[in-house]
Amino acid sequence: MVWVIAGRELKSLFLSPLAWTVLGVVMLILAYLFLAQLDTYMEFAAQLALLESAPGVTDIVVAPVIGDAAVVLLLASPLVTMRLVAEERRARTLPLLYSAPVSMTEIVLGKYLGVMGFMLVLVGLIALMPLSLLLGGGLDFGKLAAGLLGLTLVLGAFAAAGLFMSSLTAQPVVAAVATFGLLLLVWIVDWAGAAREGLGDALARLSLLRHYENLVKGIVSTADLAYYLLFIALFLGLAVRRLDAERMGG
Amino acid sequence: MIPVMEREVLLRAEGLYRWYGERCAVADLSLELARGEVLGLLGPNGAGKTTTLHMLTGNLAPGAGRVTVAGHDLLDDPRAAKAAIGYLPEQPPLYRELTVGEYLRYCARLNRIPRAEVPAAVRRAMARCGLEGMERRLIGNLSKGYQQRVGIAQAIIHNPAVVVLDEPTVGLDPIQIREIRELVRELGREHAVILSTHILPEVQMVCSRVEIIHQGRIVWSAALDELERELAADALVVGLGHPPAPEALAAVPGVTAVEPLGAGRFRLRHAPGASPAEAVAEAAVRGGWGLVELTPERRTLEQVFVELTTGEAAQEKEAA
Repeated sequence: MVWVIAGRELKSLFLSPLAWTVLGVVMLILAYLFLAQLDTYMEFAAQLALLESAPGVTDIVVAPVIGDAAVVLLLASPLVTMRLVAEERRARTLPLLYSAPVSMTEIVLGKYLGVMGFMLVLVGLIALMPLSLLLGGGLDFGKLAAGLLGLTLVLGAFAAAGLFMSSLTAQPVVAAVATFGLLLLVWIVDWAGAAREGLGDALARLSLLRHYENLVKGIVSTADLAYYLLFIALFLGLAVRRLDAERMGG
Repeated sequence: MIPVMEREVLLRAEGLYRWYGERCAVADLSLELARGEVLGLLGPNGAGKTTTLHMLTGNLAPGAGRVTVAGHDLLDDPRAAKAAIGYLPEQPPLYRELTVGEYLRYCARLNRIPRAEVPAAVRRAMARCGLEGMERRLIGNLSKGYQQRVGIAQAIIHNPAVVVLDEPTVGLDPIQIREIRELVRELGREHAVILSTHILPEVQMVCSRVEIIHQGRIVWSAALDELERELAADALVVGLGHPPAPEALAAVPGVTAVEPLGAGRFRLRHAPGASPAEAVAEAAVRGGWGLVELTPERRTLEQVFVELTTGEAAQEKEAA
C-alpha cells in the first residue's frame, strides 16, 4: 500500500514541470562545479605526481562536488517537498487518502518514499559525473560510495523535514520557506558557541553539516548514520502525529 | 417495503458529537442505514451535513459517539470499516494531472483491490458512471459533470457496502443531474447510499428515507412513504363565480374550516386523507355557485423544511 502511494507521488512529481526544472538547474550547477574542480586538478596534476601519498582525483574532484551538492540541494529540495501534503490540502484531495483503508503511517511513508525516489534519481545522476572520470583514470570507490551514501542520507533528512513542514500548512510556498529556514538553521547551528568548549561541541553534534563532512571524507561511522536515521524518523513521526491531530482537532 | 427481519444494517452511528472550539457542529446524532436504502440528509447551509459525513467516513474523529460500518467499528478496526465505504466529498478529490484511467487504477489499488482485479474494477466503475472512452483523457481537461462522474466512479470502484455522496449534483446541467440521480437510484438497489443535499425535490425523487438536520441535530426523520402521508392533502382551494356566504361552505360535510382568499376563492380545510371535493362540487352545482376551480392543496417538503429550520432558529434567538 505504501508503494502504491509512493508510485503516485513520484508520477505526479515528474508530471509537473517543477521537478524537471529543479533536476535541470541542479545538474547544470553541479556540472559547472565539477568542471571547475577538474580544471584545478589538471593544473596541479604534474606537481601532485611528485608527492609521496598525494591526494588523488577522488579527494580533489569528487569529494568537493559531492560536498557542494548538499548545499545546492539544501536550496532546491524544499521546492520538491513543499507540495507533498500542502498541495493536497489546498486541492482538497486528502479525503481520498483519509477515507481509504490505509493508516496515517502508510500515507506518510508512501509520500516520503515517493519523494525519496526523486532524490535517488538525483543522486544517481550526480554519481554519473565522477564515474565519467573512469574513462581517463581510476577512482577510490570506497570514498565515492561513502560520499554518495552521505548525500542520500542528507537528502533523506531534507525530505523528512520538508514533508513535516508541508503537513503543517495548505500553502506550498509557506512550506518551502519554512523547510528552507529549518534546514539552514540545522546546517549552521554549530556556528554559535564555537568559543565555549561544551556548548560548541553539543551544537556541532546537532549540525547536519558536521556529520556530512565525515561521510564525504570517506569516514563511515555509526554515529553519523544514527544521526541521520534519527533525524528522518523524528520528522516522519511528527508528520504522522500532525495529520492525526488534524483529524482529531479540525 | 423490506421486511424487518431481512433489514441488513450496514451503517450505524450512535450519539455523534463534534465541537469546533466552543461551537458545537453536531450534537447527539444517530442514524441507521440498511442495504437497499437511499438516505437523504437535508439541511440548510452550515447545518452540519458535511461534518456528519466526514465523521461517518473517518475523515474527522467524532468528539463522542461511535460509527459502525458493515459490523466494523470505525475507530477500533478502521481498515475493515473504511474498505466498506466509498466517499465522494463535496469537492471531488481528483488529481488533475492524471488521466481518468491512471486515477481510477490508483484508487482501486488504494482500496486494496488485488492487482489482477484492478482492470475489471476500473472498467466496471467507468461503465456504471458513463465514462466509457474517457480512459485516456486528462482529468484536469474534463468538464465539471464528467469530473463529478469520475468522483463517483472513485467512490464505488471497490464495490463498497456504503456509498456516501456529499451534494453530488451541485453545479451540473439538468441532463447530467438526471443521469446522476438515476445512477444514485441504481446504486441504492445493491448498496446503502447516503446523500446530502439542499435540493428538496431531489430527495423526493431518489431517496427512500429523509432526515433533516438543523444546527447539528436531526430534527425530522421519515421514510418516504410516511413522508407521502405526512404531506397528504389537508386542504382544497375552490374558486367560485358566484360565491355564497362562507357559512354555506362550512356547512358542506367534511369541511372543518374555511379561509376566504378573496376574489371568490376559498381554502377549505379538511381531515387528512378525507377530501370533501365531491361534496363541494355537488353543493356548488346545487347552489349555482359557478365552480371554476377545485384544487387539492398539498403540503410540500419545502414547507416542512422551512417550518422546522426557521422555527427552531426563532426559538434559539428567543433563548439567547
